[in-house]
Amino acid sequence: MRLTRRYRFAASHRLNTEALTTEENARLYGKCNNPFGHGHDYILDVSVEGPVDASGQIVERQALDALVEQQVLSRVDHRNLNCDLAELKGQVPTTENLAFTIEAMLQRQWTFPARLARVRISETARNTFELETK
Amino acid sequence: MLLTRKAEFSASHVCRNPALSEEQNRALYGVNANPHGHGHNYVLEVTIEGEPDPVTGMVFDLRELKEIINAEVVNPMDHRFLNHEVPPFDRTIPTTENIAVEIWKRLENRIALPNARLQNVRLYETTDLYVDFGGER
Repeated sequence: MRLTRRYRFAASHRLNTEALTTEENARLYGKCNNPFGHGHDYILDVSVEGPVDASGQIVERQALDALVEQQVLSRVDHRNLNCDLAELKGQVPTTENLAFTIEAMLQRQWTFPARLARVRISETARNTFELETK
Repeated sequence: MLLTRKAEFSASHVCRNPALSEEQNRALYGVNANPHGHGHNYVLEVTIEGEPDPVTGMVFDLRELKEIINAEVVNPMDHRFLNHEVPPFDRTIPTTENIAVEIWKRLENRIALPNARLQNVRLYETTDLYVDFGGER
């Protein structure tokens, strides 16, 4: 069985890679390359998979919420993903890369018997990125 | 092919194990353990997997599916206090997980055709929390 819990955070970013020229970056990333960055209200869905325990739960909500708050939300909410998140340094803060980063941040302190099954991030209502963990 | 039908019901519940102390219940269930209960607008998504019948062109008759969901889930659970009024929640704690399992049990045998079977029960307790149950596999 899978339980999915939804969280929200607001953050800014700018998509730009040093591997490309100014013109190439502008062409590739379009508005997302505007020099001072821009922001989104991200939605983060965390899915946990495992059997139901004696309490009738896959995972305790409060413990899951505390982990996500401590490991992720407190680090990214109202932050600039290019500047404020050490784990993303040297990477372009696309939502693809952010999903891998958030998975790693959660796995680092994951002590629940149930496993982290999926990280899904909506950058806007129209763009969603989904990472099934192994 | 997958076919999904949505239904809603509003119900109250309390997640509390009488064998545990107040502190233990609080640690396990948080505000869901508040003794007099509280309610949610549950949203249920029932997904059926199958192939369209060659004559009707349908995986499952949607009108019949609606009637089954109403008879097994919505009518008995809507505007009820699950712990007091809907067995087995007098003895099983009505967590979202346990409600999803109960809904699966109620629907599984009623959605069983040669060409179609119950594939998933998704139950939203709120817009920010849901469980998926695909049976014991």
